[in-house]
Amino acid sequence: MTTEDKSDDGIHKQASISEFFEKNRHLLGYDSKIKAMLIIVKEGVDNALDATEEEGILPDIYIKIEELEKDKYKIVIRDNGPGIERKQIPKIFGTLLYGSKFHRLRQSRGQQGLGISMAVLYSQLTTGEATEILASRGKGITRKFKLKIDVKKNEPVILSEETIEGKDWRGTQVTLICEGIYREHKQSVLEYLKQTAISNPYANITFDGPTGKMEFKRGVEKLPKKPKEIKPHLHGVELGIMVRMLHETSARSIIGFLTSEFSRVGKTTADDIAKRAEIDPRTSPKKITDVEVVKIIKAIKEIKLTRPPTDCLSPLGSVSIENGLRKELDPEFVATITRPPAVYRGWPFQIEVGIAYGGSISEARLMRFANRVPLLYQQGDCAVTKSAAGIDWKRYGIESDKLPTGPVIIFVHMMSVWVPFTSESKEAVASYPIIIKEVKLALQECARKLSIYLSGVRKAQAVAERKSIFERYAHETAVALNELTGVNADDVEKKIKQIVDDKWEDIEVYQNNNDNTKSEENPLEKVPPKKEKLKELKDDEEE
Amino acid sequence: MTTRAEKPKEELINFGKDVVGQIDQKEAPNINLPIRTLANIYFDEKDKVIKLGNKVSKRTYLNVAHTRKFMQTIMVAAECKKIIDQNVYTSIRDLYYALKRTIPNTKENTFEEQSESDPILEDIEATLNTLREQLHLQADRKGYLAGNILIKDSGDTIDASKMGSSGWAIPSNVESERINFDNCTAEYVLLVEKDAVWQRLNEDKFWKKQNCLILTGKGQPARGTRRLVNRLHTELKLPIYVLTDADVWGYYIYSVIKQGSINLSFLSDRLGTPSAKFIGLTTRDVEKFQIPKNVTIKLNNQDLKRANEMLNYSWFKPKEWQDEIKHMLNVGYKLELEALSAKGIKFISEKYLPEKIEKKIFLP
Repeated sequence: MTTEDKSDDGIHKQASISEFFEKNRHLLGYDSKIKAMLIIVKEGVDNALDATEEEGILPDIYIKIEELEKDKYKIVIRDNGPGIERKQIPKIFGTLLYGSKFHRLRQSRGQQGLGISMAVLYSQLTTGEATEILASRGKGITRKFKLKIDVKKNEPVILSEETIEGKDWRGTQVTLICEGIYREHKQSVLEYLKQTAISNPYANITFDGPTGKMEFKRGVEKLPKKPKEIKPHLHGVELGIMVRMLHETSARSIIGFLTSEFSRVGKTTADDIAKRAEIDPRTSPKKITDVEVVKIIKAIKEIKLTRPPTDCLSPLGSVSIENGLRKELDPEFVATITRPPAVYRGWPFQIEVGIAYGGSISEARLMRFANRVPLLYQQGDCAVTKSAAGIDWKRYGIESDKLPTGPVIIFVHMMSVWVPFTSESKEAVASYPIIIKEVKLALQECARKLSIYLSGVRKAQAVAERKSIFERYAHETAVALNELTGVNADDVEKKIKQIVDDKWEDIEVYQNNNDNTKSEENPLEKVPPKKEKLKELKDDEEE
Repeated sequence: MTTRAEKPKEELINFGKDVVGQIDQKEAPNINLPIRTLANIYFDEKDKVIKLGNKVSKRTYLNVAHTRKFMQTIMVAAECKKIIDQNVYTSIRDLYYALKRTIPNTKENTFEEQSESDPILEDIEATLNTLREQLHLQADRKGYLAGNILIKDSGDTIDASKMGSSGWAIPSNVESERINFDNCTAEYVLLVEKDAVWQRLNEDKFWKKQNCLILTGKGQPARGTRRLVNRLHTELKLPIYVLTDADVWGYYIYSVIKQGSINLSFLSDRLGTPSAKFIGLTTRDVEKFQIPKNVTIKLNNQDLKRANEMLNYSWFKPKEWQDEIKHMLNVGYKLELEALSAKGIKFISEKYLPEKIEKKIFLP
């Protein structure tokens, strides 16, 4: 499940991590009862998807939300993943920031090892209830835990543990009881699941909610390629992380440290860095002083490095994006684009965009995703929104008021081994210029495709409209010609329609309107509006 | 004028037959319409009126931008024929309502606004070279007349010196089959832009003291008033003097009376009176009559734009007019007829007009 971990200056004191988040739960997005429900479901579903994909299993996810009493809900999330080893269960659910070592990097949903354990903590803080975990790795054995978190120690407190035999299944099920408010608006559990179904079209998601049961069916039978793990790139490493890595490494020299712990660093580059930092290449990493770390960071900035490998990224691809958009939105037209990978601050990232137009879509919407996870909050602060608002949509024939306003849904997927969020609650992508630029290029390309489609549609409409115009006025013209000359009206009408049938296709669609018999060039023809004149006089009198 | 369009009904029928003929030939039908814009008019130096050029535009059925107007043109022609057949006179608004209906199997009306049918009627007038009055259509009455003249109107004799405070309302159709002049002792015609000023002059019995006819068109005069002015001049040889505000609108009203209008350039020889003279107001009057500056009005952007356009019209080329318009632009103000009241309520009838007429201080 969660495999990554992050150190942050604000949460450095190990013993008080749980205490810190107990007091600052808004940092992780738990700032309202409505939002808390969404975040708990999101953390559970993110973990379920990560776990199944990791094992190459097509995800089948079940979510149940049941109202126990006013503002108190039971949330159940179950997956068909590999399950969790017995020893790992309490650590994963009962320790904040539990995860594998930082320097293994991979494109995944969870990044910090904070998500699910924070949900457990929130549940315990708001209702006092323990969290129940069922996990099975097959062979008819199910482990059942009931646990809480010791906030002072940041440790799991196991209330009960039992082994159930004879039930043949595989996967993990979490049951939490928490305070919350269930709604079905724009930033709701339902919207989150719908968008998740779009960005994970290979998943089957069943939602048994307070207002009924619904299923988001799987649209493609193939998982995206599994992302590779990579080591960090020197250009993305900050001082604090460097200090921690120096401390934890098993390398015996600074040269060995640089070449083994980072990607794209060979012996020549490592020597160059040591030389520029004026450090003996044989120095043990554990003996590097703070002053020397600063010198190393400075040296890194001076040197040129090969860009990080990008095979660690796993785009959904055009087929899956189109499938996801079509199955959940039923649009008339879809355009998609996957940009080549790019790099920000030493981290590889990649942008995918889809634009769905018309059909059952009634309202414009910008859907943002980071590593296939929908981002529902803080739209205004997000790099994706800034890119989209910077595009002149009208140029592409799309109605807009900064963002499109017509029946258009925009899907933007940012994937990276390290998505730069603006906050711990992971709601908006930080605005690095290169990210904004990549999103913009992708949006423009999709908008071009949509614009070509739209102009085709409009042209076809114009052609059909043209013939109908010629036919529409035939009857009245014939009746008037009858009154004027006495000819048979039906006969003339038939003849006019015959002429239309024979000739309408030879006429240019966009004829220039040279019917300029009406005088338009002479404004003086008209009598000046007297009121205006009186008003002028009045105005003068007042002065 | 009696030589052409003698039989407007036959003209209308021929117009329709031409279209039917094209349809019978399996051709997409076209109507040729004289272009009634600045691009196709010219100032006839000999006749001193604005005339319509030879340029025509084609209204063709198989052009999406024309089809609807094509239908409307035939419909208006047919309706005109119908009302001539019935020997009734009706208004252009009646015409609009008579033709307005929903096109079968659509949500569209044949005409949505009267502003659609009015220009179509002008198209037909220009194409057939006929007056709407001859097509039995009349516009709203707008003008008034008072003075020493006897007028025969459809069998009645009207003494325009005995019309009290309201005056004789000038009908839309003043052609000789309806209106004729009997005994006229007046010596000239004074056409006033504004009704309020006309009422002032009528109250002061200006027409009696000066032995003249006073007319107002209430702003831009309707065709009836313009046609009447034309007939008073050509048939009774009365000089025509025009009194308007000293602004671009007033000057243009004068030019329409004198030379005809761009839009109705095909009627200029019947509606224009080239020998008309402009009596005032001019911006030079401000100094000449010591009119207080505080009753003048500052020119706005529209005034400036139009004044500059007018400098280029060939019928404003006489140096007196170029001088007046440039002077207005120089001093940067305009003034209304009512501004003369600043010099006393009877200043206009007792001083301004008599002095100008006596000394013949006119603009050409």
